[in-house]
Amino acid sequence: MADPVKFTIDGQELQAAPGTLLINAAKKAGISIPSFCYYDDLSLQAACRMCLVEVEKTPKLQVACTLPVAEGMVVHTDSPQVRQARKGMVEFLLTNHPLDCPVCDKGGECELQDMVFRYGAGESRFRETKVHVDEKQWSPVVFYDAPRCILCYRCVRICGEGLGVSALGVGNRGVVSEIIPNAGDHLECDECGLCIDICPVGALTSGTYRYKTRPWEMEHIGTICTHCSNGCKTTLGVRNGDIIRANNRDHSGVNGEFLCIKGRYAFDFNEHPERLTAPLVRTNGELKPVSWAIALATVAKKFNELRARNGKFGVIGSNHTTNEENYVLQKFARQVLGTSNIDHHRTGDVATLLDALQGRANVLATTGGLLKTKAALVIDSDLAQEQPLLAFQLRANARLNKSHVYAITPGPVREDNYAKTARAELGKEFDVLDGWREQLAKEPELVILFGAAIKGEAIRRLVAFGDSLGIPVKYVCLVDYSNSRGASDMGLLPDLLPGYQPISNAALEPGLNADQILADPNLDALWVIGANPFVRQNLASRRAFLVVQDLFLTETARHADVVLPAASAYEKNGTVTNVCGDVQRLSRGAKTMGAKPDLEIFALLAREMRADLGVLTPEAVFSEIRSAVHGYDLPLLVLETGGAAPTAPVNGRVLFQAKPELIRSAGNTLFTSGTLGRYSQMLNSVMEAPGALYQDPHKEPVVQPGSVQVETIVSHG
Amino acid sequence: MTFSPELEARFTKLLASYPPGRTRSAVVPMLLYAQDEVGAVTQEVVEEVARRCSVTPLQVDEVIGYYSMLHRKPLGKYHVQVCTNIACQALGGEQLFEHACRALRLGNKEVSSDGLISLEEVECIGACSWAPAIQINYDFHHFVTPERFDQLISALRDGSYGRKAS
Amino acid sequence: MRYNDPSPLEVRVISQRFDLPDPASIDTYLANEGYVAIRKVLGMTPEAIIEELKTSSLRGRGGAGFPTGMKWSFVPRNTGKPTYIICNSDESEPGTCKDRLLMENDPHQLIEGMLIAGWTIKSNKGYIFIRGEYRYLIDIVDRAIAEAYERGYLGKNILGSGWDFDVYTHTGAGAYECGEESALLESLEGKRGVPRLKPPFPAVVGAFQSPTILNNCETFSSVPVIFRNGGAWYAELGTPKNGGTRLVCVSGHVNKPGVYELPMGFPIMRIIHEVCGGMRNGKKLKAVIPGGSSSPVLRADECDIPYDFDSLAKAKTMAGSGGIVVLDEDTDIVAVALRTMKFYAHESCGWCIPCREGTTWLKKILTRFHEGGGLPSDIDLIGELAGNMLGRTFCALGDAAAMPTGGFITKFRGEFEEYLNRQSAPEPAAPELVSIA
Ligand SMILES: Cc1cc2nc3c(=O)[nH]c(=O)nc-3n(C[C@H](O)[C@H](O)[C@H](O)COP(=O)(O)O)c2cc1C
Ligand code: SF4
Ligand code: FES
Repeated sequence: MADPVKFTIDGQELQAAPGTLLINAAKKAGISIPSFCYYDDLSLQAACRMCLVEVEKTPKLQVACTLPVAEGMVVHTDSPQVRQARKGMVEFLLTNHPLDCPVCDKGGECELQDMVFRYGAGESRFRETKVHVDEKQWSPVVFYDAPRCILCYRCVRICGEGLGVSALGVGNRGVVSEIIPNAGDHLECDECGLCIDICPVGALTSGTYRYKTRPWEMEHIGTICTHCSNGCKTTLGVRNGDIIRANNRDHSGVNGEFLCIKGRYAFDFNEHPERLTAPLVRTNGELKPVSWAIALATVAKKFNELRARNGKFGVIGSNHTTNEENYVLQKFARQVLGTSNIDHHRTGDVATLLDALQGRANVLATTGGLLKTKAALVIDSDLAQEQPLLAFQLRANARLNKSHVYAITPGPVREDNYAKTARAELGKEFDVLDGWREQLAKEPELVILFGAAIKGEAIRRLVAFGDSLGIPVKYVCLVDYSNSRGASDMGLLPDLLPGYQPISNAALEPGLNADQILADPNLDALWVIGANPFVRQNLASRRAFLVVQDLFLTETARHADVVLPAASAYEKNGTVTNVCGDVQRLSRGAKTMGAKPDLEIFALLAREMRADLGVLTPEAVFSEIRSAVHGYDLPLLVLETGGAAPTAPVNGRVLFQAKPELIRSAGNTLFTSGTLGRYSQMLNSVMEAPGALYQDPHKEPVVQPGSVQVETIVSHG
Repeated sequence: MTFSPELEARFTKLLASYPPGRTRSAVVPMLLYAQDEVGAVTQEVVEEVARRCSVTPLQVDEVIGYYSMLHRKPLGKYHVQVCTNIACQALGGEQLFEHACRALRLGNKEVSSDGLISLEEVECIGACSWAPAIQINYDFHHFVTPERFDQLISALRDGSYGRKAS
Repeated sequence: MRYNDPSPLEVRVISQRFDLPDPASIDTYLANEGYVAIRKVLGMTPEAIIEELKTSSLRGRGGAGFPTGMKWSFVPRNTGKPTYIICNSDESEPGTCKDRLLMENDPHQLIEGMLIAGWTIKSNKGYIFIRGEYRYLIDIVDRAIAEAYERGYLGKNILGSGWDFDVYTHTGAGAYECGEESALLESLEGKRGVPRLKPPFPAVVGAFQSPTILNNCETFSSVPVIFRNGGAWYAELGTPKNGGTRLVCVSGHVNKPGVYELPMGFPIMRIIHEVCGGMRNGKKLKAVIPGGSSSPVLRADECDIPYDFDSLAKAKTMAGSGGIVVLDEDTDIVAVALRTMKFYAHESCGWCIPCREGTTWLKKILTRFHEGGGLPSDIDLIGELAGNMLGRTFCALGDAAAMPTGGFITKFRGEFEEYLNRQSAPEPAAPELVSIA
């Protein structure tokens, strides 16, 4: 790298790499230069003129957000002239900005308010009438109030440069310029709300949040989104136990800037009217509300009875419950109920990948790694629909670091706009790969992300292909839900213990898998936790005693003998593991009267059954996981401070029976989230939601069977 | 959507006049020429131009709002534009505009009920040395007195108005 | 045709063909030294061409008066990218109406000028950006271009040189800001006419992100004669560092307003009294706006200066686009200031805060002031707001709005104060209806 240039800001002698923008050089030295339109990693605008500074030997004030530092440059950021200029800018801005701060959502967290406070004038010299335009609603979640807009163009840039959606533009000219949506009077987009988050003022407001509260009346709790497997950090704004807002303004967590519609708006399932708030027990054919004591006693009695006469248990766990809960559940099943018949809805073949990678070190990509890798290859996944954060990161990496992205998918994908992509029918991916081998081998490194269609033997073949490239290759097995990876890591499998250890280590035989459990006519009891298997397959056994733990009376719960109301992920502490194996902490934000965290339910049930599973607090269980589960001996500090700690995976043979037919993608899109999603009014209110515009990517027309089309949109040099 | 053969020919020539892959360059001319034929930039025109120049309708919308000669709503068959900028102002341009409002019983940017005439107070049209000046559609008229204005308007009304710039 | 009688005091160099029959046709052009310069130039090296231009001390006629030879020399050679020649015929500066005549009466002169620029940087494409209101000129220029192709002055292997050059017209659609060079280039790419960050300047990154020579229509039109008669000859016509002649657009209160071709440095007072037949109705001269509405006004007593870039810069104003607006003793300066600001508020592209909000605020104050609702504090406020815009906006439109306003306030403060004394009931300003048509 070229030698740093030396310069002076406000008397401080400083250095920076050539080309560094003055505004950033100053920031590093702790000197803040005000700005609205300048925004890290977005294109330069020099439109707001707030960052004017004095540079010696140049007559005019200079714009710090576009001026690279130069050798010997002497800068003053706080001279009388500069202060006067800033004051003037703020005064100009306020001329047409309504002073409705008392009712504005942004009041208290508005960059313009802060700016006026720091640099503005006490009184205004503007005595004329302001331009007025009525507020517009662009979608159930996005409102726009033109008079408040200061035209910093952040929203336009994040939508175009960040998301690749380009749903926002600039309309009109001069003082009546305003932001306009892509469909005339409304938006047709990802509804991600990033434009709202990034708006420095109250011009863009959120359909869920607007006029609900004042920022300072909320408690802000950082936790992890409970929808897809990407595990975005989301900060819940909670007032009196109710979630009012979700955003990620502090940019902490693996997602930085990003949140999709689910993370930002689909928390409303939590307060859905159909939320279960009391246990239900079936008495003469009908589910009747009862006390927790009665419900637990009923379950304990039945379970003990069956245990006594070696009854046949089946346990189906969840993709949403925490690692602690999943760990305890498999222990409960194996030690207390004495059964190996335990499984969960597998959305990706993680075990086979780990087995195929045995003996290799450093082969699993991390979420953060996707922002740095020189090249990435996506197979059989419409990332923008199914893995929104990963799609955002690959795009950011390509835009900011010129990384290369490749994609092989059955249908059109958003990567088509900037990546080298090809269409291939499921099963024909390797025909394309063979054609790309040479080019891929020229990459310095590669991360391969593959969807549920690549499973079993296909995974081994893919790893062999990766080896054949002779470059460092890392993998991501794309799973679907917030803790799908964790469920697999924690051993919610009939033939694998936590950390993918062989069942034989526990002196147990492999048990029945989910499909077998449901199909077994002789099953005595089925315990379903946070899952809804009956939407796909009915229970064969007529006599089975059915216990269901869930938030809602799902298709499965309706058939239960006992229903135990569970707390949602936003109502519990614990850890979850995202698609890349990054472990993050959940922090309890909301509360629902009557519902209990699954871990607490397990503890109460164990007590009721007089079984000893030790202390069942999230903390206690996690420390047990850290010592007992291979790969989970994670730095506590990272987790405690809201960071993400990647699990070091098993590195050796994984002894189990691969069952590719059990690997089923949930087929979720940006606007669905399995059963949970059906209870989010916001998610279902946008026009892109199922039934409206929305196209199920899994139903996208694929190319002619047997054929392969390779259309190279962008060929990387 | 198809246009007259002449306009189609113009569009073909237009699209060929920009470097390869630069069809977006044709957006502004296409919109203006299409407006001249269709009478306004209708939604249909927006989508057609977007398609032909391979841009999004939003990118066309952004342009329409910016350029003052592009209109979403139809103008009169004859669009009368009176300049009141400084050179014309010095020689009675503003009085001429007021006269026009009275004579036509129209306000700025209004269209007569029969759709024949629309009126607009415009910025400098490049006739400063021959002020006060007006434009009727694209025809320039210089040294326009109120009397001359009235003659022009009656010509518009009785259809005797020719395309010759004076 | 031209719309005013010529003056015997004119030096007809670039307007020499204006009064000939069928002036726009290629035959007229060829019969009158047309396409002679390009033949010479095809035998010259880029260095030699640029030297000749520098000798001519031709300066940009678009407003900034930047030395044309130097501008051409900034274009980087063999970058591997294509290069472009762009003619700025957006002519929207109030008070200016000369490019219109040049295209109407001598389009081939313009084309030849662009050819010379094209050969200098081995460009193969040129565009003439014509303001939307000048539709009839597009037809005239297109016809001229077609003629030039027929006769082999455009197209492939021009005059056997092995060099190809195409020229196209491109229309604007009503936006003063698209005259600003980088906004013009955005408009040429089918976008909103929002100016670009500079540097890089168009010479390096211009049309379609490639090296570009961008000049005003009159600038290009002045190039052929320079190579016919030599740079030295051309320079001689004007004053030092202000070579040649220019089309001066005189408007306002004179007996014979019109566009006249005069040598650089011709005294303003002689323009008014000898070229334009003196003040209308024998009125007294009050003020002159010397270089289009963007140039600060001159009081009558300041007008006794030669008309060239440097003399006017010395007088703290500019020759700008060559539009001279002459105002007599009856002129209401407040009204002129208001009309000027109305224009800039209407034309501000809205990209940056000081220009977008400043022009509108000033327009509103001046409107109130003009309606009789002025306050003593307004006068200083107007000056201060203009000061807060000056030098702080994204492009020069902000300056173009601030400079004349500052001028009116400082030079005619008395008139503003008088307004305050006129007792007239200020109507409560009705909320402004913002037309988004
Ligand atoms: C707001 C604004 C409007 C302008 N309008 C025009 C114009 O209409 N015609 C023009 O030739 N130059 C105009 N200019 C100047 C151009 O930016 C550019 O300097 C000029 O075309 C360069 O050509 P020249 O060097 O031959 O003068 C304008 C500049 C600004 C800041
Ligand atoms: S809407 Fe907000 S972010 Fe977008 S330009 Fe306006 S102020 Fe900036
Ligand atoms: S001022 Fe009216 S034409 Fe220029």
